[in-house]
Amino acid sequence: MVVPVSYFLALSVALFVLGVIGVLIRRNALVIFMSIEMMLNSVNLAFIGFADYFKAVDGQMFVFFVLTVAAAEVAVGLALIVAIFRNRGTVYVDNLNILKW
Amino acid sequence: MMDYVWLIPLFPFLGFLINGLVGKSLPKRTVGIIGSAAVGLSFLVTVAIFLELLKLPADARSVQKVVYTWIASGPFQVSVAYLIDPLSIIMLLVVSGVSTLIHIYSIGYMYDDEGFYRYFAYLNLFVFAMLTLVSANNFLLMFVGWEGVGLCSYLLIGFWYEKKSASDAGKKAFVVNRIGDFGFLLGMFLIFWTFGSLDFKTVFAAAAKYPVGSGIITAMTLCLFLGATGKSAQIPLYTWLPDAMEGPTPVSALIHAATMVTAGVFMVARCSTLFVLAPISLTVVAAVGALTAIYAATIGMAQFDIKRVLAYSTVSQLGYMFLACGVGAFTSGIFHLMTHAFFKALLFLGSGSVIHGMHGEQDMRNMGGLKKYMPITYWTFIVATLAISGIFPFAGFFSKDEILFHSFAGGHYVFWGIATVAAFITAFYMFRAVFMTFHGEEKFDHHQVHPHESPPSMAIPLMVLGALSLVGGLVGFPIIEGLNKFRDFLAPAITPMVHEVHAPAWFEVTMMVFSMAVAVAGIYVAYKMYMKRPELPEKVTAKIPVVYDLVYHKYYVDEIYDAAVVEPLKNGSEFLWHGVDEKVVDGAVNGSATTVGWLSSHLRKLETGFVQNYALAILIGVVLITGYLIGR
Repeated sequence: MVVPVSYFLALSVALFVLGVIGVLIRRNALVIFMSIEMMLNSVNLAFIGFADYFKAVDGQMFVFFVLTVAAAEVAVGLALIVAIFRNRGTVYVDNLNILKW
Repeated sequence: MMDYVWLIPLFPFLGFLINGLVGKSLPKRTVGIIGSAAVGLSFLVTVAIFLELLKLPADARSVQKVVYTWIASGPFQVSVAYLIDPLSIIMLLVVSGVSTLIHIYSIGYMYDDEGFYRYFAYLNLFVFAMLTLVSANNFLLMFVGWEGVGLCSYLLIGFWYEKKSASDAGKKAFVVNRIGDFGFLLGMFLIFWTFGSLDFKTVFAAAAKYPVGSGIITAMTLCLFLGATGKSAQIPLYTWLPDAMEGPTPVSALIHAATMVTAGVFMVARCSTLFVLAPISLTVVAAVGALTAIYAATIGMAQFDIKRVLAYSTVSQLGYMFLACGVGAFTSGIFHLMTHAFFKALLFLGSGSVIHGMHGEQDMRNMGGLKKYMPITYWTFIVATLAISGIFPFAGFFSKDEILFHSFAGGHYVFWGIATVAAFITAFYMFRAVFMTFHGEEKFDHHQVHPHESPPSMAIPLMVLGALSLVGGLVGFPIIEGLNKFRDFLAPAITPMVHEVHAPAWFEVTMMVFSMAVAVAGIYVAYKMYMKRPELPEKVTAKIPVVYDLVYHKYYVDEIYDAAVVEPLKNGSEFLWHGVDEKVVDGAVNGSATTVGWLSSHLRKLETGFVQNYALAILIGVVLITGYLIGR
């Protein structure tokens, strides 16, 4: 049985929007981080859906790139969060407002 | 020997380098000897070249020696080159000779001064510049010397720069001279524009093709003459010279009496070819000269500072020289320049000797009766005074009489009349100075001041100059053909007026007797007023208080210049500073900064520092852009 591409896309968009909402409204940096991962994976899903639809492997190739980069990003991002926690004793972004001058 | 003409300016320059660089660590004696020897060597080289020049036939006495090409830029070619001809050799002799004597004198006069080495370095630099000025073979090199002497004049007037009046006087001299230099420069531009060269020989050869009265030549000579009025302290630019007396007295003698201030006369004589082509300029030169002669002389009558009397006398005598040039008697002008160098240097050195002996007192009202304390100074001073008054057979008699004669014989009766009155006044104020200083009762405080004769290093130059003032005029003996060696020697270097003046001998003798009678009358009046009846001057001044006040305050010219030129300039600059610069220019710069700052103070409120706000902004942006791309 063939799953239509619109199903892929609908799920992908739903996941992406959930991720965006998570990034925008959650306070905990770790949760924001997980939301970002969710956005990345929603994009991966869209890639795979299109790869299947167009019968081309380019999309699947991109997914591997995204996975690789996401892995590296997780390593760096988690390290940053740990560093922030050590430094300031919290990972709630409400308290991290020193970006302004 | 002529190939070594470059040695003449080189020696003083070396002296300047040595004294200027290491003079501080040398003993004063050595500094003085180096300074004097450098100039003395120049004098010896000049004498050797002079003797060599004399051996040449009269029409071959003009030699150019190119040292190297200085500027070569297309048609603009300037060399460092020297022109040896009768005019420059006379100037070289006078400058290096008088300079040597004054250097020697300075050793004694300046011995106690802190800046002894600095003084000699400046003085040597001055001699270097002056020798360059008079021996240059083109206008530009002459201008280098011209500016060089101006610089040294500034440095030496302000030599005692801790004194405000001295540094002010230096500044004034420099600024006033710049006005004149501006004229000189314009003249040079015109010359190069017209003739395509700055070389004296090329320019004068090309100028000969122009008709008499040609407009362009009139313009360039007037510009050059403006330069001369600045350097030679003529109306309207004379005001710096009396103030220049703030410098050490030997400096006044050398720079502000004998040499530098005569540069303008020399320049006019050098450009005689151009000036005879411009009758209007000649009239201007003569008029300015005659007016300055009598104008400065009247001021000289009412001054009490001995050096200021001499300063106004210098201005007046320079007026005579310009008068001579203006009536076409360039040789007489140069002759008077030479004799004036002798007797005026002597007068200044004599006054320096008096000031030295009086421990710095310059006011003649506090002197009197110095004759018996300083006999050498007195007698040499008398010789110089007789010379400047024009008494036979002293040097000034011959030169001044020649000028008066040429003015009269050339038909310039008005100028002659003015010059004759000025001669009367000259004799009067000079003897007034002598009587007030050396005769009469001793008006100084005997407990404070012990007048004494000066040391030999100062007395010997006085005596040498005294001898020159006594016999220096004989080289230009008039009337008898062939005895006026000076004129015959100088003539090839000067372009004469078209109509040469020839007058019978009896006429010339009458003129002489008359001018001498005028001088004697001046002396007699001075004798009456300051020796016989010392109460008379006060009575006379009391009768004409307005006139006396006017003359005593130098016709308020300094005040007028202040009000008419200096103050408006100052106010204009104040306006440009506070009004234009601070308000407009700074306002634009600061205003743009303030505007950006004001905008930023509002925009910064967008920067909350919360990452999520930024993320939201990014999202909104992405949605908007995507929406636009899809919806169009």
